[in-house]
Order: sequence, then C-alpha cells, then structure tokens
Amino acid sequence: MATPNHPGNHDHQSKELPQVLVLEPPPIMKLHGDRFLNDFQLLKAWESPLPLDQFLSIHAQSVKALLTPGRYPLTRNILQLLPSLQLVVTTSAGLNHIDLPEFQRRGIAIASAGDVYSEDVADMAVGLLIDVLRKISAADRYVRKGLWDTKAEFPLGSKLCSKRVGIVGLGSIGQEVAKRLQAFGCRIIYTSRNKKPSVSYPYYSNVLELAADSDVLIICCGLTEQTRHMINKYVMLALGKEGVVINIGRGAIIDEKELVQCLVQRELAGAGLDVFENEPHVPRELLTMDNVVLSPHRAVRTPESLTAMCEHVKGNLEAFFSNKPLLSPVMNI
Amino acid sequence: MESIGVLMLIPMNTYLEQELQKRYNLFKLWTAPQKPQFIKEHANSIRAVVGNAGAGADAELIEALPRLEIVSSFSVGVDKIDLAKCREKGIRVTNTPDVLTEDVADLAIGLMLAVLRRLCESDRYVRSGKWKKGDYKLTTKFSGKTVGIIGLGRIGMAVAKRAEAFNCPICYYSRTEKSDTKYKYYPSVVELASNCQILVVACPLTEETQHIVNREVMNALGPKGVLINIGRGPHVDEPELVSALVEGRLGGAGLDVYEHEPEVPEELFGLENVVLLPHVGSGTVETRKVMADLVLGNLEAHFLNKPLLTPLV
Repeated sequence: MATPNHPGNHDHQSKELPQVLVLEPPPIMKLHGDRFLNDFQLLKAWESPLPLDQFLSIHAQSVKALLTPGRYPLTRNILQLLPSLQLVVTTSAGLNHIDLPEFQRRGIAIASAGDVYSEDVADMAVGLLIDVLRKISAADRYVRKGLWDTKAEFPLGSKLCSKRVGIVGLGSIGQEVAKRLQAFGCRIIYTSRNKKPSVSYPYYSNVLELAADSDVLIICCGLTEQTRHMINKYVMLALGKEGVVINIGRGAIIDEKELVQCLVQRELAGAGLDVFENEPHVPRELLTMDNVVLSPHRAVRTPESLTAMCEHVKGNLEAFFSNKPLLSPVMNI
Repeated sequence: MESIGVLMLIPMNTYLEQELQKRYNLFKLWTAPQKPQFIKEHANSIRAVVGNAGAGADAELIEALPRLEIVSSFSVGVDKIDLAKCREKGIRVTNTPDVLTEDVADLAIGLMLAVLRRLCESDRYVRSGKWKKGDYKLTTKFSGKTVGIIGLGRIGMAVAKRAEAFNCPICYYSRTEKSDTKYKYYPSVVELASNCQILVVACPLTEETQHIVNREVMNALGPKGVLINIGRGPHVDEPELVSALVEGRLGGAGLDVYEHEPEVPEELFGLENVVLLPHVGSGTVETRKVMADLVLGNLEAHFLNKPLLTPLV
C-alpha cells in the first residue's frame, strides 16, 4: 500500500490510482516525461535511495503491473520480490530481457511492443540494405573527402532487383520488410519458427538452407536460446562471397567474431548492422571497412515511434486495470 | 568494321571501352593532349560518338565531325547532346532508357532513407567512437511521409511504386496531368512542394526544366522538407539550395547530381542533413553492363543498316 513519503506519491488522490512499478525509465519516459501515465500511480524504483531488493520488499508487495524498458533484465531474483505481479508491459520490440519460462510458470502476462515499431524498424532494414548494396555511406564519405573526379570511377554497386532476400523471422517486422522489398523487385524467401499459411513466400525450415538460396539475409527475429549465434560460420559461408547480412534484431543472433572474420576474409560481400553483441562496443575491424554500414541501435528511435509507444503502453495498462484484453499480449513463448 | 572510327568522349566503362576497341577504330578523346587538334586529325574517320551524362555531342563537336552518323549515349539523359543539330544533319541519336530505371529509383529511396534516418551521419557517429559516450539522437520516420514527384515518367513511376510500399501518399507535377494514374496532380511545382514532405526531381533536363527547383519551391518545401535530386544538377538552383540548407529554410537534401560535376559546393560538407553521392544513379555492375551492351547493340545495328534498338532521333 502506498505511504505518504513514497516516491511518486505526492497527493492524497493518487492513492486511488492503479500502481505501476517502474524499475528504470524506458526511453519514452526519458524523452516525454511521464505525463502520459497520469492515470496511474508510478512507483519509481530508481528514484529511491534504497537498494532495489529493499525497495521492492517494502513498497512493491502488492504491485500488479510493471513497466520496463528493454535494457533491464527481468530475472528470477527480481520476480521473487514481486509476489503480486500479474502484468509486465515492455517498451522493447525484443523480449530477450524477460525470463520467459519463469513468467509463464508464474502466470504473469506480458504486453509487448506489438507492431508499434515495425514500420520504423523495417525502414531501417531496407535503408541499411540499399546503403550496403549501393554504397551510399561510402560514397558520401568519398565526396566529402573531395575524392570525386570524373576520371576515377567510384566503385560500382550491386542491383537490388531480382536479389533473393532471405528473411529470418517473419513476424510483424519481417513482413513489413518483405512488403517493402517486393516493390524493389526482390524475391522474398523466409524461415520462421512456424510456416505462415497467410503468406505466399517460399518457406525454409532451417536457416542454413535459406542462406544457400539467398543473396541477402535480413535478421528480423528475436533473441532466444534457439536463435543465439544462429547465424554462424556455416550460414555465412552458405550465403556466399556476394552475400550481404542485415541485422536489425539482436547482436547475439549472429556470431559476431565469425562475421568479422568472414568480412575480413571476403567470404561475405557486406553487412548492415544496427545491433551488436556487446553494445556500444563495435569490433574495431568493422570501423574501417567500406562495405559495412554501422548504426548505433536506433531502429525504433524516431519521435513518431516513441509517441506511438506512449499511447500503446497507456492502452495496455488501461486494458489490464479494467479487465479488458491486452492490446498486444505475448502468446506463444 | 575496324575501319569505322568511333570517338569516345570520356572514360565511362571499362567493358564498353574494351569492346569498342575490339570492334572499331576507337579514339579516346580524354587521352589527347590537345583536344581540338585530335578531333581535326581524326575527323575524317569518325562516324560515331559515344558520350554519357557528363559529356555529349554539342554543336561545336558535331560541326567538327563531317562524317558523323550516330551519337550513342551511355545514359538516358541526353541534355548534353544538341538534338536539334542532330536532327538537322540527319545524325541518329540513341540512349539507354528502361535498363537503368530501377537502379535510379532504388537510389532515390535510398537517399530518402539516408537523409531522414541519418544513415551516413550515424555511421560516422559509430566509427568515430561517439556511441560509447551516448546514444545518437532521434531521426524522423520515413514511412507514411508524402512524396512529391516532379516528372512521372519511367523513373518517376518506379519511385512512386517503391514509396507506396512504405505507405507514402504520392503526388506529382508533370507538364500535363496523366489520366491513367491515381496519384494526386498539382499544376505547379510550388504547389507540389507545399503539399509534400519529400520532393523528388525525376524529369528530363530541358530549357523549360532548368532551375525548376528554385528558391520559391525550396521555401515551399520548407524547414521539414527534403529535396531528392536524381535528375540533373541544373534542375536545381544550386547556390539557392546551399543557402536554403545552411539557413535552415530547407530541411534536408539527398543529391546524386550537381550543376558542375564533379564540383560539389563545399558548404554542404559540414551539414548533417544532406547526403552527397557522386552521380551513381545507374552505378551497378549489372546495369552498366546492360547499358554498355545497348550502346554496342545500337552502333552495330546502325552500321549493319538495321533498325536501331533505342533511338531518340
């Protein structure tokens, strides 16, 4: 039960508002403040001088809902201190920060980002692909260095049309990527945990076979035990010397050391990466390569996505506290 | 065929050069220490000129080549060729339409994404080590933004088709309204610019379309608007473009072409809201080969008295 000197509780009326625990502010809160959650009483753990376990033991025993960013691992230890927890709302597109089996065991519902970010992430994937194939960032560097003269030709790029694009993970993001690239004349093939009966793209049951038939691999899946280092040396060799890898999922889906080796040894033609295994660290070999495009994990970081996420979070919390179905419940874990 | 003289104006493609060398008596103008002398010396054997977006057969050159029969351009744009003079003298002209449409349209979308999502700038951010100190700032969403196209020809339509896949509403300006399209038409470029967020130049360069994007248009596009030029440099009033960008009256630009290539206004080098490319619209291995084969095919057809593949004149 909230107490008068509880962080986040400043007036008598807020005792009636439903409580939402926030361990660390998600990006939307850092950018927009928390006025969009005025209908809730926020328990802001990070504002307390107490260590987390003490704070939770004292203040969060009856908390039913938790709002969390993607960077904060929700471990078994934290869950043990939240006996009343029924809902986690995450602002991250990925779920790898959540101990899913433990949540399932406890029967705690998870409201994901849904498809709020999907367009922006798909745009980033396509942007990175065009950049790698047509050498946009490399050419921009070339011009700004004053190297352009009509006698020496800037190296030619590679055409998008007819490229076989293998999408790894055909969820909301993967489908938005596919829809965009089809308009460029790319041929879409995919692998996913399950075949999608509603799409006509050819399905591959494993990523190695997908890579063997692809010119480009775009990683659009989440990070799980099964997908960790799924894109390994064999997959990259199968993709081939003209192959390009685009990663807008999680860094650890790709064996990063192997990726660097393949690029250094020209077993791969190029890569476009928004995510890395050990952010913000980027392997130094990549920092001087012209055939890679590097992005600092920002596929969702547009004002449009973040504003939409505020509404989405609010909508999920409202639904939960009025016993209505969540907007974006995570179903099959 | 070896005695047929072909004048190539500037280096443009190694494969094309090698093939021309094999089939004809190839004169490479850029290797000449004194160009007018070189032309005079070989004028009597030159029956074909091969140019590209950067160099074409102007009136002076045409006059200097009395035996000229055909100008074959390694480009789709022919603004560097004096078409009227060619018509007057019965000289055939060919270009390379269709084969480069997709590449140019792909690049237009690539430029839009690169400018709006700051791809080049954030790549620099990572390479310089700045990510270790903090996140890169927010960049604006591309999907759903209204795209305005100047010129709804092959390239314009291809840009529209791609932008539609990003849920972008499409509008356009053209010399005349097109009856067979669902896109919204505006009768002037200023009105088009006032009603879109991303303006793409995709029309041919003619006397009428010189500086079609001027100060008024750029002001109408505005501080959140982005200009994408995949046409020709002279479509845009370049000094006005520079001041509009520097002063913040225009939100950003993605440029593949400039008024005086390869010169690029240096004031643009320090701006993070521009992306600068060295005229690579059709610059893929695949397309340049197809373009080269089209040039070779047109020349072959001409000298065998067969119908030209892609004649303009």
